[in-house]
Amino acid sequence: MAVQIAEVPDTGAGPDRQAFKPDLERIEIELLLEGIFRHYGFDFRAYAYASIRRRLWKRIEAERLPSMSALQERVLHEPAMMEKLLLDLSINVTAMFRDPSFYVTFRQHVVPLLRTYPFIRIWHAGCSTGEEVYSMAMLLREEGLYDRSRIYATDINEVVLQRAKAGIFPLERMQEYTDNYMRAGGKRSFSEYYTAKYGGALFDQSLTKNVVFSQHNLVTDRSFSEFNVILCRNVLIYFDKTLQSKVHGLFYDSLAMFGVLVLGSKETLRFMSHEECYQQMAPPEKIFRKVR
Amino acid sequence: MPYSIVAMGTSWGGLSALTKILGGLPEEFPIPIVVVQHRSKDSDRLLAQLLGDATPLKVVEVEDKDALCAGTVHVAPANYHILVEQGYLSLTTEEPVRFSRPSIDVMFTSAADTYRSETIGLILTGANEDGASGLAHIVKRGGRALIQDPKTAEIPIMPEAAVQAVPTAEVLGLDDLAARLLELSRGAATVDRRTAV
Repeated sequence: MAVQIAEVPDTGAGPDRQAFKPDLERIEIELLLEGIFRHYGFDFRAYAYASIRRRLWKRIEAERLPSMSALQERVLHEPAMMEKLLLDLSINVTAMFRDPSFYVTFRQHVVPLLRTYPFIRIWHAGCSTGEEVYSMAMLLREEGLYDRSRIYATDINEVVLQRAKAGIFPLERMQEYTDNYMRAGGKRSFSEYYTAKYGGALFDQSLTKNVVFSQHNLVTDRSFSEFNVILCRNVLIYFDKTLQSKVHGLFYDSLAMFGVLVLGSKETLRFMSHEECYQQMAPPEKIFRKVR
Repeated sequence: MPYSIVAMGTSWGGLSALTKILGGLPEEFPIPIVVVQHRSKDSDRLLAQLLGDATPLKVVEVEDKDALCAGTVHVAPANYHILVEQGYLSLTTEEPVRFSRPSIDVMFTSAADTYRSETIGLILTGANEDGASGLAHIVKRGGRALIQDPKTAEIPIMPEAAVQAVPTAEVLGLDDLAARLLELSRGAATVDRRTAV
């Protein structure tokens, strides 16, 4: 069986036509994910198929393995291979003030609501390396709300949480972040928030004074409190619709009445069973208010 | 009907080429169309609006898990890859491929793996080589490859790379592509109408 390395680089394309038996491959993938769940406890069984398949093939190609089943053998018998795969399967793409227009709208439409609360509880689900948590902390501080806020920042992956806690981000991205910050309606000079240190940009540690970083798995863990705001941006796109719907149930149960749910700019509540429970606050931004 | 999806990829010069092709298709065009047009990561919904003004088809910028629909052009949003699933589209923010997100190769490859011989891939004008290996993958899965004749392309680099990767593809002038898609959608003339490059 030939694996397309030279011809189809970097796309996770899988085997050539002769070897391609999609139904059999689906069985192999389901068996692999079931095995990972039962042996290691990581549940990728309801992840979006095309995306997880692509990433599994990229690992197979990188290891020069002949098939999905060969990967299964390695993963189940070698914890180190599981570690690698875990990094492949968790997408940690993020940026400070990602989608600046969202932050502008959040200041205009959500901040006035938050001002009416004596205490503000925010859950950032799937916070990855924390750039967007720091962004929200800056925004809240500039709006005079930080001292009465608490941000619970969670991710499935301990490694990225450690990086989030450290608060050191690549210096070479500061130009992009500065630009985002200004377009996001930032009220100060972005450079006030960090110092160049340890070969990176070390962020003002007081920004995480009211942040609790903690491991949480959206697939298997339950609600742990009631929040005024839940942010979960570009995380649910990796789940299939059934799992998306289940996680929306978790968010609904974790939001106070009139609380605010924030999704990624290309995510939607359409066809979710909780769609009717929310009002979109300022289209096209994906900011939804729980109204029933 | 033999085809379930038309996958189109383009970069530089794509707007006018897409306008021409989509403008030549009727409202009832029966196959869902998915378009990856390279553009700046901050660009907004303008592309879908401009295309929508130029064609009777419905043009939408893709949101995660949108269902593939006949008579609809699904345009990849800026800064996301698009993956074709059975009956719908998923978005991902995985790393750029060949400096592109959305990547034509990624979309074409997933279309081919999901719809195999029911896939039509079309490469248009562009200034890089994205899409060539994706188009080859469509052919490998038994699908059909169309390429805009580089001579009629605003920038020929992308279609030339596609021709090199898929020498058996049908190469057609910009003015002939809409008619050919319509023909293929009717399942009638499946004989190649290849022009010389």
